[in-house]
Amino acid sequence: MQPSPIKSRPLYGTLVPVRQATRHIAIAEGEGASAVTEAFRGHDALSRTIILFSPAPRSTDCQQETLLASLACEALHVASGVEDLLAELVTTLSAATMGTRLYVSGSEDFIGRVTSEALHQGIDADAIQAEHRGAPTRRVQCVHCKGFTDGVSASPAPCAHCGLHLLVRDHYSRRLGAFMGVCIDAEAPGEIPPAETFGA
Amino acid sequence: MSGGVQFPVRVIETEALSPTVKRLRLARRDGQALPPYSAGAHTVLTLDGGTRLIRNAYSLLGSTLSGGAAYEVAVLRSPQSRGGSAFIHDHLTVGTDLSLSAPINLFPLNRTARRHILVAGGIGITPIAAMASELAALGLPFELHYAMRDIASGAFAAELAAQHGDRLHLYVSERQERLSVRDILARQPLGTHLYVCGPERMIEGVMAHARIAGWPESALHAERFLAPEGGEPFALRLARSGISTVVAEHETLLEAIEAAGVDAPYLCRGGACGQCETRVLVADGDLLHADHYLTDSQKSCGQTIMTCVSRLRGRELVLDL
Repeated sequence: MQPSPIKSRPLYGTLVPVRQATRHIAIAEGEGASAVTEAFRGHDALSRTIILFSPAPRSTDCQQETLLASLACEALHVASGVEDLLAELVTTLSAATMGTRLYVSGSEDFIGRVTSEALHQGIDADAIQAEHRGAPTRRVQCVHCKGFTDGVSASPAPCAHCGLHLLVRDHYSRRLGAFMGVCIDAEAPGEIPPAETFGA
Repeated sequence: MSGGVQFPVRVIETEALSPTVKRLRLARRDGQALPPYSAGAHTVLTLDGGTRLIRNAYSLLGSTLSGGAAYEVAVLRSPQSRGGSAFIHDHLTVGTDLSLSAPINLFPLNRTARRHILVAGGIGITPIAAMASELAALGLPFELHYAMRDIASGAFAAELAAQHGDRLHLYVSERQERLSVRDILARQPLGTHLYVCGPERMIEGVMAHARIAGWPESALHAERFLAPEGGEPFALRLARSGISTVVAEHETLLEAIEAAGVDAPYLCRGGACGQCETRVLVADGDLLHADHYLTDSQKSCGQTIMTCVSRLRGRELVLDL
């Protein structure tokens, strides 16, 4: 990833279980399962680890799920989609205590949604680790209609709510877990440059 | 002038809270209000100690978020005192004039936290009690744990018990009551923050327990004011001012600089804020870093020194002042 001059643009690392944590919650989507597997395989933290997983959208592959099941963690929840997975996360975090660490891996928009939800549940930002796997798709908030568009892979992109063509900026809101999208043809309606895909 | 805005004040009330703790109430001599401050803030008192100026930092009691007519501090007569706290105990009476700095808060409550665990040992109760009363006023959930040697030295215990009821937990070591950090930290919900003020060993102990229990650094807060200790005297040269002087046994580096007439930067005078960081040009001897501001690697490379609490063991120190 090219370093962005925009300070709010999130940077992601590699998941490393924090040895002294009393509980570990790993949450992954699609290829994020590999990051969780690589970080936790054989780790003595597994007996205190809950894994929440949802396959990538429109995927029928069960390989990731099998991989996670082979870890033999304390509990593995597989959800059918991100909405269900987030609901499960809220339930898990509402009963969690200090000493809990959260590990997130998947596409960029997935990381954003999970992180924002987890912060709303009161976890400290430095108790969350994130590793980017899979598509470099972004969650974007349209600054005009305030609607969110998930899975945005290029800029400019149409807003799923008001239809404006949005320039996707590197400016990021941790509260919303989304990048900022601004109308690209406000000055010259209809002049829309070709879309450029986000780099990995 | 260094140290920020100064307010000329007068002692308008004194009270012995215990044989070793004296409360002072201070109001501006011109009758104006003092600036508002938040719980955890401190002020630096400047008073004429006869042979020298005494400048000590004290936590402010209570909180006056709306601005207040007077400030209150509680001063422990410190057995390791270089004279400041003893002078306050023996000589400060109603009517004494002194000045105080604008309040500074290096130990604020985290306003995004959902629950607050306050832990105090001995005189460390002063900022912690202010936090408890602010949290109670805001209706936010908190627990207050207060450890003391004996009931007589627990200057604030009765008042706190009346104010906070069963949210206050007292531990009197004379009665073999021990504060069990492990039990306090267990089962705290996400979003809980921990605040500790007390003797250095207590702070280290509580923080170590919290880290072992997996608490993230951002949830841990401590006030580590140091009473600067004396040491062996050494020669001091201020290169830019062309002044040579001596830092005496019972004097801090900063006090020697001020006594030589140089207005050097400072704020907390307790090794916490970083304001007095000064470049070292030559150190003929070992730098004794005592602050909590510089990192270990900064301390070992010795390019700067915090003049308020650190000193030299050796012949001469040359500073870029």
